[in-house]
Amino acid sequence: MAERSFKAEVEHLRKGDGDVFTGEGILAITKALLENGVGYVGGYQGAPISHLMDVLADAEELMAELGVRFEANASEAAAAAMLAASVHYPIRGAVTFKGPVGVNVASDALANLCSSGVNGGALVIVGEDYGEGSSIMQERSHAFAMKSQFWMLDPRPNLPSITKAVKDGFELSEASNTPVMLMVRIRSCHVTGSFATKDNVPPPLTVKEAIANPQSDFNRVVLPPMSYLHEQDKIKKRWPAAEKFIMENGLNEQFGPKDAKIGIVVQGGMYNGLIRALQRLGLADLFGRTEIPIYCLNVTYPLVRDEFDAFCEGKDHVLVVEEGQPEHIEQHLGSFLYKAGRRLKLYGKDVLPMAGEYTGQVMLDGITAFLKSAAPDMLPGQVRAPNAEEPKIPDLSKTVPIRPPGFCTGCPERPIFAGMKLVEQELGKHQITGDIGCHLFGSLPPFEIGGATMGYGLGPASNAAFDGGGERRAISMLGDGGFWHNGLSSSIGNMVFNKSDNVVVIVDNYYSAATGGQDVLSSRAQNDTKSTNNPISAALKGVGVEWIRQIDHTYDVGKVRDTVREALTTDFKGPKVIVASSECMLNKQRREKPLRNKAIKEGRRVDIPRFGVDSDICTGDHACIRLSGCPSLSLKRLDDPLRDDPIAHIDQTCVGCGNCGEVADAAVLCPSFYRADVVHNPGGFERWRANMRNRVISWLQTRRDSKRLRLTGAPT
Amino acid sequence: MNMPLQQKTPDAKIGEIIKLAVMAVGGQGGGVLTNWIEALARSQGYVCQATSVAGVAQRTGATIYYIEMAKKADLEPVFALAPAGGDVDVLIAAEMIEVGRAIMRGFVTPDRTTLIGSTHRALAVSEKMTPGDGIADADEVRAAAEVASQKLVLADMDGLAVAQGSVISSSLFGALAGSGALPFPRSAFEDAIRASGKGVEASLRAFAAGYDAAQLGVDTGDGPEEGKAPELSGPQPKAGGLTAPEETERAPALTGPDREMDRWTELLGRAEALPDPVREIAVPGLMKVVDFQDCTYGEAYLDRVEEIVEKDTAERDWLLAATAAKYIANAMAYDDIIRVADLKTRAPRMARIQTEMGAKEGQLMELTEFFHPRSEEIVSLLPARLGARWEANPRRMAQIDRWFNKGRRLRTHSLRSFLLLHFLGGLKGYRVKTRRHEVEMAHLEQWLKDSLEPLSEDYALSVELLKNRRLIKGYSDTHARGLTKFATVMNAAKLLRGREDAAEWMNRIREAALQDAEGKALEGAIQTVRSFA
Repeated sequence: MAERSFKAEVEHLRKGDGDVFTGEGILAITKALLENGVGYVGGYQGAPISHLMDVLADAEELMAELGVRFEANASEAAAAAMLAASVHYPIRGAVTFKGPVGVNVASDALANLCSSGVNGGALVIVGEDYGEGSSIMQERSHAFAMKSQFWMLDPRPNLPSITKAVKDGFELSEASNTPVMLMVRIRSCHVTGSFATKDNVPPPLTVKEAIANPQSDFNRVVLPPMSYLHEQDKIKKRWPAAEKFIMENGLNEQFGPKDAKIGIVVQGGMYNGLIRALQRLGLADLFGRTEIPIYCLNVTYPLVRDEFDAFCEGKDHVLVVEEGQPEHIEQHLGSFLYKAGRRLKLYGKDVLPMAGEYTGQVMLDGITAFLKSAAPDMLPGQVRAPNAEEPKIPDLSKTVPIRPPGFCTGCPERPIFAGMKLVEQELGKHQITGDIGCHLFGSLPPFEIGGATMGYGLGPASNAAFDGGGERRAISMLGDGGFWHNGLSSSIGNMVFNKSDNVVVIVDNYYSAATGGQDVLSSRAQNDTKSTNNPISAALKGVGVEWIRQIDHTYDVGKVRDTVREALTTDFKGPKVIVASSECMLNKQRREKPLRNKAIKEGRRVDIPRFGVDSDICTGDHACIRLSGCPSLSLKRLDDPLRDDPIAHIDQTCVGCGNCGEVADAAVLCPSFYRADVVHNPGGFERWRANMRNRVISWLQTRRDSKRLRLTGAPT
Repeated sequence: MNMPLQQKTPDAKIGEIIKLAVMAVGGQGGGVLTNWIEALARSQGYVCQATSVAGVAQRTGATIYYIEMAKKADLEPVFALAPAGGDVDVLIAAEMIEVGRAIMRGFVTPDRTTLIGSTHRALAVSEKMTPGDGIADADEVRAAAEVASQKLVLADMDGLAVAQGSVISSSLFGALAGSGALPFPRSAFEDAIRASGKGVEASLRAFAAGYDAAQLGVDTGDGPEEGKAPELSGPQPKAGGLTAPEETERAPALTGPDREMDRWTELLGRAEALPDPVREIAVPGLMKVVDFQDCTYGEAYLDRVEEIVEKDTAERDWLLAATAAKYIANAMAYDDIIRVADLKTRAPRMARIQTEMGAKEGQLMELTEFFHPRSEEIVSLLPARLGARWEANPRRMAQIDRWFNKGRRLRTHSLRSFLLLHFLGGLKGYRVKTRRHEVEMAHLEQWLKDSLEPLSEDYALSVELLKNRRLIKGYSDTHARGLTKFATVMNAAKLLRGREDAAEWMNRIREAALQDAEGKALEGAIQTVRSFA
């Protein structure tokens, strides 16, 4: 069950000729796929295209009606490999994953696919995770297009342009027998807007029909001597065909006056940012009508030399706006200019920064710097000679703390790290590698467990250097998502084969949780279209792991601690794998809350737990927080002149997961925590018993209070 | 609008783009608010574009939603996908430090930005994990907000929403309507909520609360809340109306049988007679120790305080005695099993938890307490001499650990557990004979002696030494670590004696000790002192 349901929105995918679609970018892309007769779709989730996978999953029914196959691929490599169907068959296929990490994983399949070439349109929709809010290393997918020779679309970030790029992409792919990558940037994926829809088109040839009539052609196999021919084919046929298609169909756009002395070349995806900078400089209007000519590259690879040459005709200064490094496009255009013997001045990463996101301010500064040099009289007076003083706003950089993402309230992974922290306090620091997934938050304060992450499912593999053993065993983390993505073979199989003596903790939260709660093989949910409930421990046994410990309730911090300690100290030689399983709390709450509310309404007995802290018992040492970091476990200042430090406090967002109590117990912290269970619709006997108890308790309390002095109205 | 515009905008239409950013903490419902604003704009004949960054940032991290809108025209406007510094008309920050972050990033400028912020705090992990007080200074953010914004709306939006059984997105939407920053009538905002169809009634109530907060005087900073501690974590009991009113609103007082009250009044009279600055601390201090034990114990407290008052002087504003009054009370009301058991079984506690948990008529409440006694705690409860002997015997301690050292969950709503705690809580008469009491009193005397030693030569240092008592807190290991730190810091005084800035350094060393649990900062501070001492 994915974090967000698109069931309601999916109905918009049925819109036809003359309708208008209003919504999010990813949904628009899905709609465009259906309008363009796609035959099969697949992919692997990950921000920023997770929701695209969720939309596809929720639209499975509609796609089945059209005869479109949807596959939730095991990895990006598997998704790219699926495009093999378009090598021999004239079927349009589309897969999606994030870039560049997903493209890294997929690159083997992509390279083979590009060598073979395609018959049906093959589209790879990549959500480029670059800039602010990104969770990965900052690189570009562009280089992959250059090395493997596939074409790269980077449309302007509005719904009509993005949906048109889907159509263009398929056609370009077919015209040049080359796969096409449609790159959508992190914000374009979630940008909202409208576009005019067309009827959905069932694929002319469905995958079902195709498989009834199998085809093969050894010329498409990547083996010598065919592979040498593929390379020639790429350069001599496919590339010129692509250039021709791009020019004839006007895939790249030009805006503004024809005969200016200056011009700007921009990646399609950066167009809006460029226009905003021009708008702020008074050089473009609300609708983007610009005073400076713009050559907008909706296709960023290949660059079409003739088009660029024509744009440069009569210009003295041209700026390239290209986000990220290295400056592939600028270098490429520079070589065009040099070879043509032109004397115009090319600007790019000199006025704009080489690295980092081109935010509004960066863009404004860069364009201003370009104009100052190329056409100073176009700048508004105030920029040339600013006379207004910047307002003095107090510096808050020392006051405002950073707020990195962390475990959600009630997350089942928190107690795993609390347990590991306790082992660390006991046995000392260990070599620990992390993996991709929510559990990577364990490397941040307050836990600070784990120091490296090399890729999805590669946690244990990144400890391979230490597989030979040493004084202390190395520990690696792996999520259930990473385990099925790649970890089973690359990490676990690798450990077994190399006789590793190290320890793996597999964090099993029943979902691919960090990407939005998609089901994986070991998910416990019943899924009508997927096979779930395949235990991780069975797979571990299958590849030869002998020491396996299954923890079915990660909130039992003591048990986690003892199991990790056992794994680190046992005499057993060989990989030791702990599978720590508890359901992702976000998904659990989403599933259980409505059921619980319904039960309460129907008068059934429901017990709702929540934790609290006795403020007069808490001494404000915050030891509990250093083993938790739960958002609902916070601090409160008491209005008490005798106290210096704020005390722990649990707010009403607590979901009663039990971590606080377990940690207080396992770490022998303090007795200030309590759990309060509110029993809704208690039974008759229960009520009677409670009543009796309360009478006795209250008699005892009154008796004691009649003999001693007691403080009332104490600060809380 | 008084500030001259930085850039010229020759096409007046450019100025008609309304740019609105929402800065939130992941999980606060920024998406819902964004959807409402979008729906509202479209319903009012505007074209509107929203963007967000989904992904791990939404897992309790700081995250931004961005919206642009303009009146519908024949051509499509070109909107930006992210906010730019100096180019935001409305900035909504769903938490006080996020208000600060918005200002820091330049999204709030005096020439144009309406800033709508919630004053409540969702503390960042770094603020919470400091052993001392690591909470960021919200007043600095407030001051910056006043300078940076053109129009300012600040209120506890979270509290307002929770009081109406809703969430912060509703009250913020109301505040947006109330701020008048968007050219749409209130009813259009409410229609957007209605159209979304989920929890409409509660949302509308919270919307109204937010609307009023924005309408009625903008800045609530100097309003009736003045002097109160800022709201710290998510929804506070105060704002949510969840705390039992009789416990918070009444001034602290001691109650009990008449006979005891007579003695108490006498004691209180003695405390009231102390010099003003001392009295202010000594009265609550006296209450604390009498509540902890009895009036005789309270007498001992006053004896100690008065003794120090003798040594102090009005010239120094009685700083020494006031400081001593505070920490002697804390030292005397140490945290032993008897105190914890007593506090856990008091009548008002049950009532307080009941209200806090929102348990209603007809619902039952069950309580589970988490105890984990170690041999140290058990033995400290023995008669002093026996306890001391056992403590010195590791085999005996190990044996006791085997018997007792494990987590115990006491279900205090049930009679068995309640009776056990009630019994333990009633051992006050015996307490003064225990090993723990002996240890605590010896420690107290030693600390007072050490603190007052340099008094004649360095008054300020004595005050600082008294304050070091702050380092002792927590239970079991944490308590032991606190004691070690305390000893380290007290010992540093020897290095500092005779220096002019001794007190200043003592303060610095103590603050360092409160920075992290492992004592890294403390170690560094001591090294520095060694280097010059």
